[in-house]
Amino acid sequence: MSVVETSGAVAIDRAALLDMYERMTQIRVFEDLAGKNFAAGLVPGFVHLYAGEEAVAVGVCSQLTDNDFITSTHRGHGHCIAKGVDIAGMVAELMGKSTGICKGKGGSMHIADVEKGMLGANGIVGGGIPLACGAALTAKTLGTGGVAVCFFGDGAANQGTFHEGLNLAAIWNLPVVFVCENNGYAESTPVRYHCSASDIANRASAYEIPGVVVDGLDVFAVYEAASEAIARARRGDGPSLLEAKTYRFYGHFQGDQVTYRTSDELETFKKRDPIIALRAAIVARGLATDADFNAIDTRVHQLLDDAWIAAKAAAFPAPEEALTDVYVTY
Amino acid sequence: MVVETATRTMTYQQAITEALRIAMHEDPTVLLLGEDIAGGAMVDHLINDDAWGGPLGVTKGLVQEFGRNRILDTPITEAGFIGAAVGAATTGLRPVAELMFVDFFGCCMDQIHDQGAKFRYMFGGKAKCPVTIRTQIGAGMSAAGQHSGCHYSVFTHMPGIKCVIPSTPADAKGLLLSAIRDDDLVMFFENKVLYGTKGEVPEGNEGIPLGVADIKREGADVTVVAISRMVNQALAAAQTLADEGIDVEIVDPRTLSPLDDKTILTSVAKTHRLVIVDEDNPRCSMATDIAAMVADRGFDTLDAPI
Repeated sequence: MSVVETSGAVAIDRAALLDMYERMTQIRVFEDLAGKNFAAGLVPGFVHLYAGEEAVAVGVCSQLTDNDFITSTHRGHGHCIAKGVDIAGMVAELMGKSTGICKGKGGSMHIADVEKGMLGANGIVGGGIPLACGAALTAKTLGTGGVAVCFFGDGAANQGTFHEGLNLAAIWNLPVVFVCENNGYAESTPVRYHCSASDIANRASAYEIPGVVVDGLDVFAVYEAASEAIARARRGDGPSLLEAKTYRFYGHFQGDQVTYRTSDELETFKKRDPIIALRAAIVARGLATDADFNAIDTRVHQLLDDAWIAAKAAAFPAPEEALTDVYVTY
Repeated sequence: MVVETATRTMTYQQAITEALRIAMHEDPTVLLLGEDIAGGAMVDHLINDDAWGGPLGVTKGLVQEFGRNRILDTPITEAGFIGAAVGAATTGLRPVAELMFVDFFGCCMDQIHDQGAKFRYMFGGKAKCPVTIRTQIGAGMSAAGQHSGCHYSVFTHMPGIKCVIPSTPADAKGLLLSAIRDDDLVMFFENKVLYGTKGEVPEGNEGIPLGVADIKREGADVTVVAISRMVNQALAAAQTLADEGIDVEIVDPRTLSPLDDKTILTSVAKTHRLVIVDEDNPRCSMATDIAAMVADRGFDTLDAPI
């Protein structure tokens, strides 16, 4: 079996590496097309793109099963794809079509697939943190062996729910992995202004749980740190906090003029594109060729192109759908 | 032949405790969480015993029976544990959370109305959130501004939330059983002044359906819709009025969402007069809501202003 050693603790075989590359590429292409189609007026509502942060979602979720739960953020497309949510259903959901994964009622900001353990993107910053504790409580109470991974951004680290959730998970020893995706900005506000901690992971020490900072542009680093945190949670040894320092290639939302970042800064991070870095690492280890990657890229583009064609052709929900699914019974 | 269900006299508080005990016995996924619902967590001599059993003793005795893994004391962290209850409900448990006083909803409302209440809708009908949130309401204990509110109209306003508000021990038991068994998010409003009131409560595990009002007193002259503790006040007033020759009908909605508007309209169609007695703040309240509903759909049956 071909393996790539990361910094030492974990090994990932060729198939898994190529799968990670494919998932990350799916996210990138999904987001690029979402941005393009939003600009063309085909995507209603607010859209927040995940491009640039792919290594975090994939580095973590590639180690989860449908038995594990994740909570997500307003920037949730990448988490969905990494968790295995149907991409065609996601595209239709963004368009608000009845064939969407949530029947067009969630849209970009509430996209979810509970059967896949994906408990929803979330329009409320920090809103998913207590929910992840609850999902972990379910796993612990029912003895499923599952864990809950809670994705949130640097902005959420200042919400009360962050502190309440970490404390609750710590005292109840819940199988949760808190993953802070620090992309440097809470909306337009730099983390150096909005956060008292130079590393958000330092806040783990207040709750006496492990806190680790990783390079969020390096999928191997994310994978390795997540591997340890997930294993710890599965063993029943409680929660951890990972802080992945990452970067978003788009603005906070589509339409954001991004006046708060310099083009130099953006270019610096684009040179460290996590997908290009992963591809280079795989090539350097002689595990795949350009032809292999081209085949994957072609497959991903075909998948997304087909998904957009199908979504464009699909119907919007019937008007009466606006009043269904409010209750199970009423 | 009508089979009479055996009853016993018990307090409103005991009836609630009994419903919790029945629900926990019948479904292993039911667990309770809240602040001091057992009390004394990690105190050596209270490992299988409670210190408080809730601030007013409603959950007293349950930890001995079900253990601390199912009677979870929480820190004072309303957003944290209400959110955890919502998350647990969405993933396979059937939690009953206790929000000590409804006034504290400001600390956790996002988790109730923006998360749990909306999941089913936002996720296209593919999720359910069977959580019950018990909470205390009402004035009458001189508890002042932050421990005496009602606020049930706030929750009734919000789609995805069911609102249950019992006025008697029997209703408290039957409605709580139905609330816990229900697959939607239910707010269960317990009036703190009613905890010590007594009444006949059926044996057994029968629930009372949500959305069905109860006519607490039949009468011909005027309909009084009364909510929670106001039912007892209205019954006392009706007795006084009976001596003056006024025959009052008292309708207890028992659930505010769904609201049994049919029973209210039928009663008004019979009496042609409506009075609504509501302890909550008057603006944008259940009183104004019910008045508007009857004005809209029963105006022709009224002989006097509401």
